[in-house]
Amino acid sequence: MAELDEPAGALVRPYAVTRGRTRPRLDIALEALVETTALGRVGADRGHGQEHQQIIALCDGKLQSLAEIAARLHLPLGVARVIIADLAAEGLVAVHQPTSLDGDDAVGTELLERVLSGLRRL
Amino acid sequence: MDFDGSERMTGPAPARVTAAKIVIAGGFGVGKTTLVGSVSEITPLTTEAIMTSAGIGVDDTNEVPGKTTTTVAMDFGRISIDRDLILYLFGTPGQTRFWFMWDELVRGAIGAVVLVDTRRLADCFAAIDFFENRGLPYLVAINCFHKVQYHDVEDVREALAIAPEIPIITCDARDRESTKQVLISLVEYVLMMRRQRTVAPA
Repeated sequence: MAELDEPAGALVRPYAVTRGRTRPRLDIALEALVETTALGRVGADRGHGQEHQQIIALCDGKLQSLAEIAARLHLPLGVARVIIADLAAEGLVAVHQPTSLDGDDAVGTELLERVLSGLRRL
Repeated sequence: MDFDGSERMTGPAPARVTAAKIVIAGGFGVGKTTLVGSVSEITPLTTEAIMTSAGIGVDDTNEVPGKTTTTVAMDFGRISIDRDLILYLFGTPGQTRFWFMWDELVRGAIGAVVLVDTRRLADCFAAIDFFENRGLPYLVAINCFHKVQYHDVEDVREALAIAPEIPIITCDARDRESTKQVLISLVEYVLMMRRQRTVAPA
């Protein structure tokens, strides 16, 4: 019955890679964009798990949202969020939070106009 | 691994990099993922969130505490508007009982598209209730399978009991140009609402 004690792949408990932590150090929106920093490029392999290194590689020179990172690495959203927040705290990735559309300020209106003209150009 | 999709950027990204999102809602099988896929630059991806027993609140946790997690899946796509701005389209989870995920989906969203099959109109009632309750702007897009529209637009408005200013349009979720037009109509509507509020504050 030894195999019952050796779960593999998707059977690994989801929060094992975060050492059981479920709360991220930083609230990261689903669509927040993650980008590997210069420090991340050189410091990726120092004392980090496989998932940390995969995220650093995935976001190197290519903006990826939290949702994309979780989907591409087959990690539950909450797990990806904890790892990305850790990487951001160490300066290995930058997290670009979405622009707030609350209220009617010019920043939100400008963003909507950019989205609109971008959609028309598609 | 092959991460196809957007092109690699050259050089560091400028300071004001940001993302936006639009929520695509509607009943099961109405064509949400088809709509996302028709205009997305990547094959729609699926992201999963794990809900613990604390979030469910109804399951019996006394006997097997480890068994009370539920996985909620959402499909989404991506459109690079320009180098610094990426638009995501998120499909809502199939079952409306996963409201905790809807809260996260609508937070900061531009607005929502409620995709409707007029043969199963009631499937979208919960989504419309939710968006109205949260004050999220939305429009209704009637997905016309095989170009067949079973009901008049104003009949649909009456059946859904929604205000006259909320746009109702027809579309073909499989068609890129049609989907583009749905998204353009939504953003135009949201901009118009903002301008009206700025001109005549309540």
